[in-house]
Amino acid sequence: MGIILKDITKCYRIGEETVAALAGVSLEIKNGEFVAIMGPSGSGKSTMMNILGCLDRPTSGSYLLEEQEVATLTDDELAKTRNKRIGFVFQNFNLLSRVSAWENVALPLVYAGIAEKERLNRAAAILESVGLASRKQHMPNELSGGQRQRVAIARALINEPSIIMADEPTGNLDSRSSVDIMRIFGDLNEQGKTIILVTHEPDIAQSAKRVITVRDGLIISDEVKEQYYV
Amino acid sequence: MFKESIAIALRALLANKLRSILTMLGIIIGVGAVISMVSIGMGVKEKVQNSIASLGSNMLIVTPGAASSQGVRSASGSSVTLSLEDAEYIKKTVQGIDYVAPSVSKQYQIIAGNQNWTTTVYGITPEYMAIKSLTVGSGSFVSQQDINSRNRVAVLGATVAESLFGEMNPTGQNVRINNTPYLVVGVLDSKGQSSMGQDQDDIVLVPLTTAQERLLGITYLNSISIQVTKMEGMDQAQEQITSLLRQRHKISGTKEDDFTVRNLTSIMAMMTETTGTITLLLGSIGAISLLVGGIGIMNIMMVSVTERTREIGIRKALGATYRDIMLQFLIESVVIGVLGGIFGIFLGILAAFAISTFGGLNTVISAVSILVPFGFSIAVGLFFGIYPARKAALLDPIEALRYE
Ligand SMILES: Nc1ncnc2c1ncn2[C@@H]1O[C@H](COP(=O)(O)OP(=O)(O)O)[C@@H](O)[C@H]1O
Ligand SMILES: [Mg+2]
Repeated sequence: MGIILKDITKCYRIGEETVAALAGVSLEIKNGEFVAIMGPSGSGKSTMMNILGCLDRPTSGSYLLEEQEVATLTDDELAKTRNKRIGFVFQNFNLLSRVSAWENVALPLVYAGIAEKERLNRAAAILESVGLASRKQHMPNELSGGQRQRVAIARALINEPSIIMADEPTGNLDSRSSVDIMRIFGDLNEQGKTIILVTHEPDIAQSAKRVITVRDGLIISDEVKEQYYV
Repeated sequence: MFKESIAIALRALLANKLRSILTMLGIIIGVGAVISMVSIGMGVKEKVQNSIASLGSNMLIVTPGAASSQGVRSASGSSVTLSLEDAEYIKKTVQGIDYVAPSVSKQYQIIAGNQNWTTTVYGITPEYMAIKSLTVGSGSFVSQQDINSRNRVAVLGATVAESLFGEMNPTGQNVRINNTPYLVVGVLDSKGQSSMGQDQDDIVLVPLTTAQERLLGITYLNSISIQVTKMEGMDQAQEQITSLLRQRHKISGTKEDDFTVRNLTSIMAMMTETTGTITLLLGSIGAISLLVGGIGIMNIMMVSVTERTREIGIRKALGATYRDIMLQFLIESVVIGVLGGIFGIFLGILAAFAISTFGGLNTVISAVSILVPFGFSIAVGLFFGIYPARKAALLDPIEALRYE
């Protein structure tokens, strides 16, 4: 169960040259873990996250998600997987600018084929749990960065995925908002969700139970913190 | 999902109201143009059909002279080959016909007292009444007795009676035609204007033999009208008459007829075809503008897809499938087509109304002439929406999210 990566590579062709953003990554993440992926800019963290989040496909290698080989899935099956199993949080929030916080949160349920009434009820409940009950009708540009990221987290949670992935979720936030956001991730992990987040700030990585360091498309270290040894 | 896609599409259209309306305008004008253009074409067709139908659709008309002789068409009725005997012979031998009405005609000045009136005098037989469905208001019609004795009697059309006698009843009075007195035996009921705009009451009828001998001094006929019992019998009757007359006129082998048998149904078919072509031509002009409107839709949808690349990326990242995105954009362009089509129908009807009111042209709007361009506008929205929608649906989520 969980996530198993084997020899994952991702290559980009730029003109004549081929750049390997991932040069052979093998990794196992069990359900309920809280993993931080660290590394300098350009080291391949986002590339790895996108593959983990089924947004992108590896050039080679195998990715088993809940014992399902992702490489064999069609584009639409990948879309369904993103919809049901994974909640993705982006650095720049990626909210739809023309619809309210409420409808943004409910959006994944549209593609899950759930009726409008239920969508809105569930979205309202989740928004309340991230402390934004009073901001339901606000448009994204009427919210602060921290509030927007909480909307994005609510959206990632709405279809009850078991894995939450976040690519530098605090990258655009001030330190206070960052703390709030990290507390939410901590709570979610307590509730049993698998959390995988990318960051280059050691303070943020502090919250995680396991820290993976990436450089030049390779994992150079993978440490589980002492207090979490099993 | 379908309901959601419609809601998303409508919202996107509302977010860019002016742009949506301008795009729609292409379709509105296209549909409006097709409807109004076709309404003009169908108006012409209706007018032509009515005027032919008013002549009687199961009527054969025989006129002297070939339909064309070496490319030069002699004025119909000017030859001297048709005789009263021909008419009687047709009546006797051809099967499946009701009436045979031979006639001659010429313009004369009619004088009554100090009044005068110039009109067409027809030399006719009693059957003329039935074949033209005339009714006599007062007095009687020309009788067989009048034909046999070449009586100088006349039946006046309502217009002629009114012009010469005013309120007075002309029956029993005398009129002078070509300086010879004729006794008025009857007045016809008014038939009003023909669909061609001709006054059908502006006629004077006299016995055929009287007209031939006393007025015109001729022995031939200008035309023979034949009413066929059944529409299906038209071709057969026409053939029989042709071969009969060829035989009587001693025309053999490949020599050309010295008469022409015209079939109103065939004239009608020809005219219908011609007016159909006109309608098609006019409709095509409108259809071209509809097509241009479609290109406008495609153009705007391409822009819209590019502008909303990020939105598409977000939707895909959250689980939208190829079909979801395709549907969203297709519905958007179809909605432009449908709304444009609906407004276009109003514009088209309004234009057709204005053309007939202020332009004096007859216009006809039918359900087909509305529904076909409406369907076409939806099809245009669909067709020109497919490419942009596909482009959107095929976007790679990561690349779409990275799009600035
Ligand atoms: N679409 C792309 N085309 C070409 N090169 C890319 C693309 N995406 C990422 N890369 C390259 O892959 C490497 C890793 O990128 P990324 O995973 O975004 O790094 P990180 O998130 O760790 O900063 C970089 O060298 C980057 O330039
Ligand atoms: Mg990155």
